[in-house]
Amino acid sequence: MSGPRRTRLCEHTVEIVSDAGEGAQKAAIAFAQLCAKSGNGLWTVEIIPSEIRPPPHTTGSASGNRIRLAERERVSNAGNKADVVLAFNEMALLSRLQAGSLADDALVLIDDQWATHEVEAYRASYRDVLAQARTRGATILEIPLERETLRHVEDAQQGKNMFAVGVLCALYCKDASLLEGVIGGIFKGKSRAVIDVAIELAGAGYRYGVEHLEQCFEIPSSPSDVAKVAMNGNTALALGAISAGFELCSMYPITPATSASHALSDLFEEFGGFVHQAEDEIAAIGVALGASYAGKTALTITSGPGMALKTEFQGLAVMTETPLVIVDVQRGGPSTGLPTKIEQSDLLHALYGAPGDAPKVVMAPSTIEECYYILTVARRIAEEFRMLVIVLSDANLATGQQLFDRPDISQTPEQAPLDLSPVPPGTLPYDWDPNTGLSQRLIPGQPGGMGVTTSLNHDRDGKACYDSERNQRGHQMRSRKLAALQQTLRPPQVHGAPEGDLLLVGWGSTRGAIEEAVDMAREEGLAVSSLHIQFLSPLPPGLGDIFAKFDRVITVELNYSDDWNDPLITRENRRYGQLAWVLRATTLIDIDCFARVPGRPYMPVEIVGEVKRVLGDQQVKQSRTETPAAAKGVSG
Amino acid sequence: MISTLAEKSLLEVCAIEQHSLDEYESEMPRWCKGCGDHGVLAALQRVLRKNNLEPENVVAVSGIGCSSRLPHYLKTYGFHGIHGRALPISTGVRLARPELPVITIMGDGDCFSIGGNHWLHAIRYNINALVLVLDNEVYALTKMQASPTTPAGTTTNTTPHGTYLQPLNPLSAVMGMTNISFVAQTATWLPAHLDETIEKAWEHHGLSFVRILQRCPVFMPKAFGEGGLNFPVVFLEHEDGIPVHPLLRKRGESKAHNHRDINDAQRAAVSVDPAPMGLLYRNADLPAYEDIRWQRTDRPDRKTFLERLDAAMDRYTVT
Repeated sequence: MSGPRRTRLCEHTVEIVSDAGEGAQKAAIAFAQLCAKSGNGLWTVEIIPSEIRPPPHTTGSASGNRIRLAERERVSNAGNKADVVLAFNEMALLSRLQAGSLADDALVLIDDQWATHEVEAYRASYRDVLAQARTRGATILEIPLERETLRHVEDAQQGKNMFAVGVLCALYCKDASLLEGVIGGIFKGKSRAVIDVAIELAGAGYRYGVEHLEQCFEIPSSPSDVAKVAMNGNTALALGAISAGFELCSMYPITPATSASHALSDLFEEFGGFVHQAEDEIAAIGVALGASYAGKTALTITSGPGMALKTEFQGLAVMTETPLVIVDVQRGGPSTGLPTKIEQSDLLHALYGAPGDAPKVVMAPSTIEECYYILTVARRIAEEFRMLVIVLSDANLATGQQLFDRPDISQTPEQAPLDLSPVPPGTLPYDWDPNTGLSQRLIPGQPGGMGVTTSLNHDRDGKACYDSERNQRGHQMRSRKLAALQQTLRPPQVHGAPEGDLLLVGWGSTRGAIEEAVDMAREEGLAVSSLHIQFLSPLPPGLGDIFAKFDRVITVELNYSDDWNDPLITRENRRYGQLAWVLRATTLIDIDCFARVPGRPYMPVEIVGEVKRVLGDQQVKQSRTETPAAAKGVSG
Repeated sequence: MISTLAEKSLLEVCAIEQHSLDEYESEMPRWCKGCGDHGVLAALQRVLRKNNLEPENVVAVSGIGCSSRLPHYLKTYGFHGIHGRALPISTGVRLARPELPVITIMGDGDCFSIGGNHWLHAIRYNINALVLVLDNEVYALTKMQASPTTPAGTTTNTTPHGTYLQPLNPLSAVMGMTNISFVAQTATWLPAHLDETIEKAWEHHGLSFVRILQRCPVFMPKAFGEGGLNFPVVFLEHEDGIPVHPLLRKRGESKAHNHRDINDAQRAAVSVDPAPMGLLYRNADLPAYEDIRWQRTDRPDRKTFLERLDAAMDRYTVT
């Protein structure tokens, strides 16, 4: 047996989809670990239905993962259209076709049981969907997923995912001897019998693949001396919270933030901390604020609707200058919106969503690795500046997995014990430095520091006051801290050349896709660069100077903006992407935006398409922008 | 008894500094003349002094409303927060620093209405905190709107033709909660009883819920029979309950009550006329939430902390 023909590639994107509950997620995790262990860089994205058990065999039930694997060590985003899809049924496949996730010439591996299924409707839809895929140019490979699995187990639902892992192992020329370790790790805690069957099925899938596949893909690995970890952004946040020395995380369950608290709950008690699941979102931040007031800076993790409920407490944290960290794992909104899908629509809410003038620090991690480190930074700023720090993660970071260098644990900062040394009676609780607004806070238990911390306007002595002079001063001091923090920030680095025709500005998880798009566009000779902003409040210095070196500046964001060619939209009423609003206001530069709400990450090719459209390449015309903006008398 | 004596003599022999009342006093209260809040403040200060608490180790947390100004007038650490949310803040303080005694002060609208969810859940958590609800049956700071405990038919600014609903009975509500551990009712027109009740609640380890009846001299002067002048009460008595001063006996009947029996307590809680005064229920055996959480939390030294973080990272290490 010569085995399948090998094709060498530097990267590939594969999707694994099944009905919810059939285990495609687990298969994908196993396959991703297999790739990671064999030295590939990778990025994975979950494909999650919003319900636990949606009606099976429907497009709404499709559940699984997208895995982008590459020869290079660092994969920064979910990539473009998928090259391969392994579908457990044709409706799962259809959902990916409809989502526009698959390349036209994708290789489709699909369970063949539906071709001869007793239900005529299934047979018909199977034929139709496959015909549709073929028409687009796909290569179809029918595999007896159910049939072969049934040779090993009585219930194929409990095992075909492992058979699928074996097939993928063969399709990507992976070393089958790694399967045992990977599967053993994934089913850790299950009985030996369960693990053995899973390994047996994966082995069977591998043998089937080697015998029946005509070709396989070899994506070499790039050997690295540095140990690597693979985890999703929520796990990185959880480990990062421990590393940052937090002792209390107070939360209320909300998708897609909750898994961070799952990971934290699992570990925290071994590290001197605990997760408090509060009765509601308001209480969750209230408990965190109470703990912070008592001297133990606390954390609360939520998503958009929870942020909305927490706004009054945010104002209280700002007014009382109580250090506090909120992580908002953003999802699609408004209201319940798209709970499992990515959006970057909470920026303006994070910046301005509290009654009165409430200056806060807002930062956004742009990679999963940054999710690990950001809470250490957030906590330090919260404490030194006595401020509320909001960390804007998103569903893409939360559920995606990335490979990155194993953090050096010995570098974990050591937290000093509470300083409860006495202060002279009369010590001011808000002894504001007039230049920076900074002051030393007093902590309950400190003799001499007794006094009330109030949500009312107050002066340096902390006592409530209502006169205009002291109200103005309180506002100034709280606002000045942002300016003081801004002075400590460095101007961001431009990716690409420092000048050119177009600058793309992004924030949060879109970084990888934007930078990859810039690289692709520059390869084609386009003078485009990008800039990524990690601090949204205060904004880093030097933005105006950077922007001035480009003919045009647009933001690339996953939030809503009106299209220039939408009905009624004019210069006066157009609503921009959220970062664009902020940058326009702060720089007075006519910054445009590429801001949409696809409910998935941007593909680099989409961004390249937008770059070309903006730069006037008429050959590239995306469906979303059929009418040139100029037709409406607008110079885009 | 012996230990109490020993403690007392130790106090004298070792000259442990006994705090004076004025060490718990801050600025001059700005409540209206005749407001019951004054009495509660004074009673609290007496209890703090009696227990000789270090002012820096006490945290008084409140919400928004007239009574929630109380921490401003108490010379301890205090947190005057936002409407309805005193209990989550108290819970946070207790979870972070269980060594700090916490007093939570709320009004009827604050606790029973906007803070209702937190009220019920804090009882279920059974945090160790003294929880005082100063119930004057009206929103006073916002100038007379109906609260959940406003009697039916009362004319207020939001109910100019009289309130539409029967008032909430906070005692029966809390007596229906899982993990309720201490429930008492008292009134500001019964000062000796008020002191004894707060003292008893202070001694309890767990959430001690105390409803304090008081009239608002400005907006609800007629509440509670014009502040107790014409308000029938029954004192619940037990040898371990709240003692009734002989001078108070003429204010109402007395009745033997077993505060350890939840059924008796529930019956007492639903009887509103005459209003039960004293300790309705106490279960000293329920663990406090912060104790449970702290007991289950390991506090490793730096070396162990790093070793464990390293081990946690191993779970995710692929190469």
